[in-house]
Parts: sequence; structure tokens; C-alpha cells
Amino acid sequence: MPTAPTDAELVARCRTGDDEAWELLVERFARYVHAILTRAFTLGEHAAEDAFQEVFARAYEQLHSLRDDGAVRPWLAQLTRRIAIDVLRADAREQAREVAEIERVEAVADDTLDRLEQALSVRAALAELPDHCTEILDRFFARDESYATIGAALEIAQGTIASRISRCLSKLREKLEHEGRSAASTASGGR
Amino acid sequence: MNEERIAELLAELPPAPGAWVRAAQELPRARREIERLVSLAEADAAYRVALLADTTEALRGAGLEPAPRVVARLRERLRQH
Repeated sequence: MPTAPTDAELVARCRTGDDEAWELLVERFARYVHAILTRAFTLGEHAAEDAFQEVFARAYEQLHSLRDDGAVRPWLAQLTRRIAIDVLRADAREQAREVAEIERVEAVADDTLDRLEQALSVRAALAELPDHCTEILDRFFARDESYATIGAALEIAQGTIASRISRCLSKLREKLEHEGRSAASTASGGR
Repeated sequence: MNEERIAELLAELPPAPGAWVRAAQELPRARREIERLVSLAEADAAYRVALLADTTEALRGAGLEPAPRVVARLRERLRQH
């Protein structure tokens, strides 16, 4: 199985104008950025979509200013956070809401950001499992698909799905334990 | 980290909408195509008028989805030149 490029490798390739690397970078961090906007800052769909595009537009424009290529993940998280707060403040001005309310959302969002950071590390480990495990765990847990949908998509008997999920989850736990992964990682997962 | 916790964390990151992801992935190509259209408009006044009159069609002709953000970017770049 080919090894996924590290975050630093992807950033370096993006800087040379490699479109494929940019596509991979977006794919790798799309869930993370989306979750920060919609789960941590609870932006509505339209605001979240605008903010999502703004995050990647600014990332594209400012990638050259990143001092440590391997730190793209916290850099993107911070960029997303700033954009989400700008959206909330603009919205609050329009709705004449209190500053305290924005501060409360920010405080709750920071707790959620810690959890999302952990979740991205788990996804990085997931991306290193055999494809069949990545696929079934992603479909069941992240995409919330039923056994029937998974069985049809992967052409496997529904009766075997629970045991496959259990085996793959064990493999993922072992991988996380083996690598001592809890926060930082070189490749940040995605897909 | 136990398996229950791992499962919870996997559920924290559902996929972003596919159209959002594709639009972000298209960004470099969109920027290049916009700059190409702006260059053509700089060199040809008649083309510039036509481009301003129908930016949506011009973007489609360049193989780009004329999303509001892309249209706004083209208009902004034309204003600057």
C-alpha cells in the first residue's frame, strides 16, 4: 500500500503549483474544517459554506507564509476559527446580539476543537489501515450508513458486517496504541 | 483510548458536502482561468465589454462553475485592471 504524503510534503508540493497536491490537501482537511465550522461554531449551512470556501481561498493565498510546513493542521484550524468568529461577529452586529453571547460560543467551540483535533488523529490512523477497514469504519461511524447500505455498497452479506466492524475497530485501536497517537501526527488523515 | 471512544471520534468527522470540497479543489484552476480571462479583456476592449455583460457565460466557456464567489472574483479582478 503506498504511503500517504505527510502534511509537510503536501504543503511543499502545493507551493510548487502542484494541483494534485492541492486537491489532496483539501481532501485531507475538508472534514476537519467543515466540523470546526458546523460543530464547534454551529454555523448554519450557507454561512458554513461561505466560510469553508473562504478558509481554503485564504489558505491557498497564504500558504507561502506558513513557517513550518508540518504545522499546516493547527494553522488551518486557527484560520478556520478566525473566519468563523468573523462570521459570528458580523451576524451578531446584524442581529444586535450581545458580545457575551459570542464569547460563550467561542468558549464552547474551543472545547469542541480539542475533540476534533483528537478525531483527526484517529482519522490519520484510520487512513493507514487496509482499504476494506477504512471503508467500512468510515461508512458506519462517520457516514452513519446502515448495515443494508454498507452491505449493498461493498457487496458483502449484512450478517458479516458487525464482525468486520469489530475486527477493524480492534485493528484501529491497536494501531493507535502502537503509535501512541493522541494528538500530533505527520499525515493528518482525511478522506 | 478504548474502542467506544474511537468510534465516537470517528463520528465527529463526517464528510464535508462533496460540492464544497470540489469547489475548494478547483481553486487553483479557477484562479488561473480568471487571470486568463482578465488578460484577454485587457488586450481587447470589445471582449471586456462582452465579459462584463455576461460573466456567467464566460466562466462556463472557460469550464468553470459560475458560483457567486467565482463570479465575484472575476468582477473584482476586472475592476482592478
